[in-house]
Amino acid sequence: MPKRHDIKKIMIIGAGPIIIGQACEFDYSGTQACKALKEEGYQVVLVNSNPATIMTDPDFADRTYIEPVTWQVCERIIAKERPDALLPTVGGQTALNTAMELARRGILKKYNVRMIGANESAIRKAEDRELFKRAMIKIGLEVPRSGTAKTMKQALAIAAKIGFPVILRPAFTLGGTGGGIAYNMVEFKAKAAYALQMSPVSQVLLEESALGWKEYELEVMRDCKDNVVIVCSIENFDAMGVHTGDSITVAPAQTLTDREYQLMRDASLAIIREIGVDTGGSNIQFGVNPKDGRLIVIEMNPRVSRSSALASKATGFPIAKIAAKLAVGYTLDELKNDITKSTPASFEPALDYVVVKVPRFTFEKFPEADATLNTQMKSVGEAMAIGRNFQEAFQKALRSLETGRSGWESALPKGPKPSLSEIRAKLVTPNAERAFYIKDAMQAGLSDAEIHRLTFVDPWFLARLREILDFEKVIKRGLDRETLKAAKKLGFSDRQLGLLTGMKESEVRVKRVGLGLRPAFLQVDTCAGEFKASTPYLYSSYEESSDSPPTSKKKIMILGGGPNRIGQGIEFDYCCVHAAFALREDGFEVIMVNCNPETVSTDYDTSDRLYFEPLTYEDVSAIVDREKPWGIIVQFGGQTPLKLAGPLHAARAPIIGTSPDSIDIAEDRKRFGALLEKLKIPSPASGTARSLGDARRVAAGIGYPVMVRPSYVLGGRAMEVVHDQKQLDLFFAEAARVSPDHPVLLDKYLEDAIEVDVDCVSDGREGMVAGIMEHIEEAGIHSGDSACVIPPYTLREDQLEAIKSATLRMAKELKVVGLMNVQYAVKAERVYVLEVNPRASRTVPFVSKATGIAWAKVAARAMAGKSLRAQGLDPRKDYWRTRHFSVKEAVFPFNKFPGADTVLGPEMKSTGEVMGISRDLGIAFAKSQLGANLKFPLKGRAFFSVKNKDKRQGILVAKELSRLGFKIIATQGTAHALQSRGIAVETVQKVHQARPNILDEIHSGSVDLIINTPAGKGALSDDFQIRRAALQHGITCITTLSAAAETVNAIASMKDRPIEVMALQDYHKTRAL
Amino acid sequence: MASEFATLALEDGAVFYGRAFGAPVDGYGEVCFNTSMTGYQEILTDPSYAGQMICMTAPQIGNTGVNALDMESRRAWAGGFIVREICPSPSNFRSTASLDSFLKKWGVPGIAGIDTRALTKRLRDFGAKRGVLLRGKVAHDLAAKRARSSPAYVGVDWISKVSTPKAYTWDKPLESGVPGVKPSEFKPANGGNSARLKVVTLDCGVKYNSLRNLVSHGAKVTVVPARTTAAEILAAKPDGVFISNGPGDPNAVPYLVETVRRLIAAKVPLFGICMGHQMLTLALGGRMAKLKFGHRGGNQPVRDESTKKVEITSQNHGFATVKDSFTKDKDVVLSHWGLNDQVVEGLRHKRHALFSVQYHPEASPGPHDANYLFGRFVRMMQTKKPLALK
Repeated sequence: MPKRHDIKKIMIIGAGPIIIGQACEFDYSGTQACKALKEEGYQVVLVNSNPATIMTDPDFADRTYIEPVTWQVCERIIAKERPDALLPTVGGQTALNTAMELARRGILKKYNVRMIGANESAIRKAEDRELFKRAMIKIGLEVPRSGTAKTMKQALAIAAKIGFPVILRPAFTLGGTGGGIAYNMVEFKAKAAYALQMSPVSQVLLEESALGWKEYELEVMRDCKDNVVIVCSIENFDAMGVHTGDSITVAPAQTLTDREYQLMRDASLAIIREIGVDTGGSNIQFGVNPKDGRLIVIEMNPRVSRSSALASKATGFPIAKIAAKLAVGYTLDELKNDITKSTPASFEPALDYVVVKVPRFTFEKFPEADATLNTQMKSVGEAMAIGRNFQEAFQKALRSLETGRSGWESALPKGPKPSLSEIRAKLVTPNAERAFYIKDAMQAGLSDAEIHRLTFVDPWFLARLREILDFEKVIKRGLDRETLKAAKKLGFSDRQLGLLTGMKESEVRVKRVGLGLRPAFLQVDTCAGEFKASTPYLYSSYEESSDSPPTSKKKIMILGGGPNRIGQGIEFDYCCVHAAFALREDGFEVIMVNCNPETVSTDYDTSDRLYFEPLTYEDVSAIVDREKPWGIIVQFGGQTPLKLAGPLHAARAPIIGTSPDSIDIAEDRKRFGALLEKLKIPSPASGTARSLGDARRVAAGIGYPVMVRPSYVLGGRAMEVVHDQKQLDLFFAEAARVSPDHPVLLDKYLEDAIEVDVDCVSDGREGMVAGIMEHIEEAGIHSGDSACVIPPYTLREDQLEAIKSATLRMAKELKVVGLMNVQYAVKAERVYVLEVNPRASRTVPFVSKATGIAWAKVAARAMAGKSLRAQGLDPRKDYWRTRHFSVKEAVFPFNKFPGADTVLGPEMKSTGEVMGISRDLGIAFAKSQLGANLKFPLKGRAFFSVKNKDKRQGILVAKELSRLGFKIIATQGTAHALQSRGIAVETVQKVHQARPNILDEIHSGSVDLIINTPAGKGALSDDFQIRRAALQHGITCITTLSAAAETVNAIASMKDRPIEVMALQDYHKTRAL
Repeated sequence: MASEFATLALEDGAVFYGRAFGAPVDGYGEVCFNTSMTGYQEILTDPSYAGQMICMTAPQIGNTGVNALDMESRRAWAGGFIVREICPSPSNFRSTASLDSFLKKWGVPGIAGIDTRALTKRLRDFGAKRGVLLRGKVAHDLAAKRARSSPAYVGVDWISKVSTPKAYTWDKPLESGVPGVKPSEFKPANGGNSARLKVVTLDCGVKYNSLRNLVSHGAKVTVVPARTTAAEILAAKPDGVFISNGPGDPNAVPYLVETVRRLIAAKVPLFGICMGHQMLTLALGGRMAKLKFGHRGGNQPVRDESTKKVEITSQNHGFATVKDSFTKDKDVVLSHWGLNDQVVEGLRHKRHALFSVQYHPEASPGPHDANYLFGRFVRMMQTKKPLALK
């Protein structure tokens, strides 16, 4: 069936900011969908609040709205654009929920917009637990015993019937937010209350626990003629009970006979038909009882998902792209298999390799949070690896994680061996390090049977792991050619082999290469070699023969950013993708190297050749040796490739852009200090310490408060402001544990300074400032966590000039070619440099969207030798002085980490960002808040609790709020201060005073806005409890006065007029992006 | 586990060294590859693989061991088994033995640890090759010579070697709750057991799952040897004859073609799969030609031209119907097409109650999408008329 001609304009809803459970896989799928539909000649209208996405590049849609993804905003866009159809299935749960809201409120009907892909009734049937259960029973499939509760009373009754343990799954939440397992009544009551709270429809499914059963996922595609294919089967290494996003997963399924696999396949076909997903992809999860093979259906996602992104990368079958084409009427047999280019898309990929995905966690950022893995997703990223067996893929995946592992190691490679009881405890309770504790368990003499009993990990996986462990004994006897080759086939890295044999990594490498052992590069070809494939999507393996020999074209290799983590996410992938686009346009052959399956960079369409490989020196240099690129770009993927710059340069790999020596100058405090001195650019007093004594002396010399941080920081990890020696002593121990090989740095902390972020680009001869961002929160809050504005809104011209001048002088001195990011603090008329990163920064996509210039492309071309002027830019022009304001706001994962404090500091905690744009700063700020999913009250009761230092400015904020019609409430101290200035205040009791107190007020829903600047830290303080309660109830809670002031301005703007929407194409009419 | 060397040599001189497993004997056969990711036991026990050595493209084989239920015939037939990695420690609740011990039991030699992707690409690029699987590390030239002098595959009647020596009846349906169609879909034709349709299965190398499917679709099944004559079959007064899959060269079994020709003339409803399809092709005057490297796997898309729907099929064939070869009979309808390479995958006849497919609707291993064909056969037997399709 050819494509539909009755629709011309299609609206796509994006997933909004990156949060746990909804990461850049939805940029990958959304970008594919936009491309696919534009390719077919449809007009695409896109809404997504996330500026770091590729999909929001103005080239990917005809009308791009960087606006909050709410039904209200979507209605305005629909009214303005009048699309014929809405594709709700490529923007994750956010898009699905928003689309359902638009349908439920009759908005789609009013504007005559049809849902394509999945319709309202199919989505409801798949998402509503009770309807889904009934549908499964109807087609003869089993589901866990369960019941749906809307109240606590119902919940208790159902739990009594099911028995413990009980699984809780709140309806319509992301990544299982608010879900969990309860083993007894006490636990159940607490968790059920939380789950009901988290569900937007106050509904929780209570379910028989299939804990310990094998867990599988199938990716299903269906077209309008009812052709159905299974793209991929995925088997979870971690048994049922751990969210699949937090599980190590393997594709294809390894421990199913054909009989069991086909049973699952038949079930999947029956499910997609019964649920009625007309076209597109769905993900279906199953549990299998390992004792008798009993199959139960867990859930279905009637949309593309994280797993479908993984399946696409694991098989070469582009699910989202095909889903978009099916949605407009094509059938699978009418579409081509992109990889072979000769066979149709109506097939099921055959894999001749094994794929392993491992999740990446960041519990170190949230020390108060519970690190147990359960049915609520907690990981922030993932790495995928491909090998010719499970062992190789598994070890490659572990070294891809960049958590310091060189492969499958002991849980505590440097510390003392854990005791048997510790090991058992770590096996029984799922945790981020469990796979490593399995090794300790084996080394401690536990049998596979016992490890299986404790972990429920299938014996097949355990046997493969034991093969790895057993082979270590052979390795330790010495590395002859046969041993080395066999070790490589089990995925051992050079570094790991070095650790086992007492050799340096470089010595192992020399020996290996001397013995003629180099990896082969094989194609992900969708067909296990049956057909010749023309798309070079490659992985390494120690196999005998390679595919896709290198070409003789002029090549540029781009190193990606690896797994997402807090501090290094989609923004860097955006830069890598832009570099690829620009350099391909300029005629280079672009080679991409990355191991993150969620990203656009690992779409085989993005580059000319894709290597899905770990970003370690060993793996990258093997590709360099094979491809012999003309240039290698290391400055776009964040810290990950930057760390490889030194060793690659030493091996004479042709790094282009800023030189590795300049990178070192910027990273090395001493060298950088000398540079600043030479240029006479001020920076806060600082010093380096290698011992506690050192640190005390340096801190005393600088004067408290002092910012302490380990060298080579990433996302502000382990940074902290200390106010006295006691705090310093405490911190130094912790930071030293984090980074034992690196000294600790101490800087004078500039209190109440304005922080400014600057991105600049240089072609080596001329530099220019791409964007100056003024932070809303004061210096000291990690730049990734604070809101910021383009153009600056309080800085004076002379200050801006000082910033520009300092930036350009540093860029010149460092001989920057490409991008550079500088952070400044402006205090008492002076501009201090805080930090310089000679690479693309997190803010590049935001600056690009705000200014209408794709700065990463500009930088990539500059690195390839094209001057700024030759690119049509005027280096003297301030492109960032826009008529509109662009506000970037950070988005936090606190609701996934019960127990974590929401207060901001120098440690970065946000997972994503949103952007608000408007000619009015207040509206732009309000949009950024709405985009970040914060309630934005225009009236009601505002609770004030500010520390003494903030009281003066707090009074101004309270006065304004009061003027805007808010009722101010406060505890005694603050209330007195406010009343003394003539503000009407209602006094409430403190947390530890009599009841009802402020917590009761929050819990009963009578507080609409909280302004709480923290006086104390830690789980026991009143402030902490107030912030957690606010989070739990979704009440906007502002923890800095600067943000409070902006919020008040925004409320004032919002009261004046309704929110207006405008497409990016209209903001930047004259700019070529 | 596999510590002894083994050598795989092809007639074109390619030699692969790996480790031996399975039976400690030398093997020979046409070397082919199969891209199924599950179902190695069903593949090994599929009689259609007699005379062939199978290279599995999935890299880790043997993970789920073997069990009694997954036997597709009375024994393993493959001439040799080629894998990248053999699993020494299977894990599955139904597993009763390892693949290695299973192959030892049935005398099938195996080789592990070779670059199966390189072998697959070679077969793809240069076509199916005769080969030998030798114990030990045999010198390159000698091994290649042995491969060149190994017995022929084409031109040999492999069917006689695998077909049942004597007739038997079969009454086992599909396992309840296990594969295929939902129980509600197999409504016994003619209502109830007493009036079950009598189906004679001409055993060219039948798989048990075909028989199970026939029973589940309401048939009373008798299986007869391949050399049974048409007259003997017709004497049983069957409602229909099912011509099974089977190994080898369709042009090497003229006696079977003759039997089928007579069955067509007798107007008994016929359903052929795989070899059965090839016999019908030849009996209707068409030609069979050898494919470069065949279709073997569980992911082959086929379009049914009557419904325009695509089914994902299980296939195992090295020969295919030549599409323009029915010059004398204009009533032959080419009903199914392979979408990867536009190969004929099925036919029916406008005047005769017969149809056939080149692939495996009984699956096992593979998807169950084509299961509807057994239902078509039942309806054809009930009406005794050619299929009324678009």
